[in-house]
Amino acid sequence: MNPNLLELKGVHTHIGAYHILHGVDLVVPRGKLTMLLGRNGAGKTTTLRTIMGLWHASQGTVVFDGQDITAAQTPAIAGLDIAYVPENMGIFSDLTVKENMLLAARSAKNASQMDETRLQWIFSLFPAVEKFWNHPAGKLSGGQKQMLAVSRAIVEPRKLLIVDEPSKGLAPAIINNMIDAFAQLKQTGTTILLVEQNISFAQRLGDYVTVMDDGRAVHAGSMQALAEDEELQRSLLGLAL
Amino acid sequence: MKNLDFDWKPLALVPLLAVLVLPLVGSTSTWVTLTVAGLAMGMIIFIIASGLTLVFGLMDVLNFGHGVFIALGAFVATTVMGLMADWTGSNELWRNLVAVFPAMLVAMLVAGALGLAFERFIVRPVYGQHLKQILITMGGMIIGEELIKVIWGPAQIPLPLPEAMRGSFLLGDAAIEKYRVMAVVVGLVVFGVLAWVLGRTKIGLLIRAGVQDREMVESLGYRIKRLFIGVFVVGSALAGLGGVMWGLYQQTVTPQMGAQVNVLTFIVIIIGGLGSTGGALIGALLVGLMANYTGFLAPKIALFSNIGLMVAILLWRPQGVYPVANR
Repeated sequence: MNPNLLELKGVHTHIGAYHILHGVDLVVPRGKLTMLLGRNGAGKTTTLRTIMGLWHASQGTVVFDGQDITAAQTPAIAGLDIAYVPENMGIFSDLTVKENMLLAARSAKNASQMDETRLQWIFSLFPAVEKFWNHPAGKLSGGQKQMLAVSRAIVEPRKLLIVDEPSKGLAPAIINNMIDAFAQLKQTGTTILLVEQNISFAQRLGDYVTVMDDGRAVHAGSMQALAEDEELQRSLLGLAL
Repeated sequence: MKNLDFDWKPLALVPLLAVLVLPLVGSTSTWVTLTVAGLAMGMIIFIIASGLTLVFGLMDVLNFGHGVFIALGAFVATTVMGLMADWTGSNELWRNLVAVFPAMLVAMLVAGALGLAFERFIVRPVYGQHLKQILITMGGMIIGEELIKVIWGPAQIPLPLPEAMRGSFLLGDAAIEKYRVMAVVVGLVVFGVLAWVLGRTKIGLLIRAGVQDREMVESLGYRIKRLFIGVFVVGSALAGLGGVMWGLYQQTVTPQMGAQVNVLTFIVIIIGGLGSTGGALIGALLVGLMANYTGFLAPKIALFSNIGLMVAILLWRPQGVYPVANR
């Protein structure tokens, strides 16, 4: 079995007239948490959207679990057991928290068919999800919405969890909750790909790291090696961890 | 914890309008008659508009050809009911219903089938291109109208009410036409079924979610284009049903009737908030009541009273009475 669950090779992506990704190479090892770091505008979000088929690569390949998904449509890609949390969280504001969760539980036709054990685990990670279960999701605070977005992504087991900036705009206490949640998910063997700008968050969770700049992957290696090399941090990120 | 955040203000507009008009009308019995007529007209327009608003909400498609399904439904009803003249001419209500229900069913099937073809050949090539959608769907409606003329002829055709559905009930001094009661009942049944599907089933949940953020629905693994085709076909079938109801309401059908009702339909979905079924119901009832009240009180302004209503609502809520989040 290929040790890498996801592999991008030489991926170029254009959005209209703009050439955003210039040959991105990225590997996401199975059962590990890979961080995608980089400055604003480096191409991190575009990379995630290209993986999900929301924008299509004009060149290069995206291979998931041995299957070429470069030209696949988004529903088919998600159907391969990939959960995705976009940067804007993708919460359905007019639906209740319960309805948001039910939508993500593809095997359940109604709320009673959702995996109760897993729900209790999610409630233990994010108590706000249980507290506001029948509330319109649009009424939640930014932090609560982020918790709901991650809860929705893990309501059923998935092979790969992709999350775009889970700590964005969150209070420190909620960031700690989020870190606990991802740490527990790692223990279940879920493969995770996170885009992050919060370096402390990345350092505490990451097994592997890929750094992007100007639409290219400019560094890939272990998170620990990057954390221990201040010179490398400065050259890649412009700051030390 | 229960959701107690329902916005009652738009819903209150319907009784508020009725109560405000009462002193102007003067006679309570006339007011009851006008109100029931307005609710019946509103319910028919809601049946027609409910599919259109979901079509716009789900796929951002402006279908100006929706009227062709209305006209087609009405013309199919003239044929089916014409074949069952013995049943429509009977004084027994159940025999009338045996004629009307198949007419509705066949009209819905034919309109739904045309909707399937309309989506495939007219709408699908212009996804995401509003100007082209307006032009090509209007073109589709013109072609549809011409085809109706080829099949049924260019003249208006009578669609008389079956015998037992004619006449009125007397409620005190107020005369309430039997057919209007039936229209309200059919409208309530359609609304009930739609509310159940949208509120209680996973398909309905997907439709409501897709109206807000179709990209996220696809990211969760659902093929929203298939869902959209289903909604388009159901919306077309409902327009066909609305066409039968409207034809019976007017008791005549013309190939241009769809284009005439189209205007009211678009006013309704704009008032309601594009993509909102509940909003479409409120909008339809307001439009129905307004048309009947102004028709009685000031016939000269009846034609543009609904435009005035739309402007007033949009000044209050620029996205419609129940705007869909994320749009």
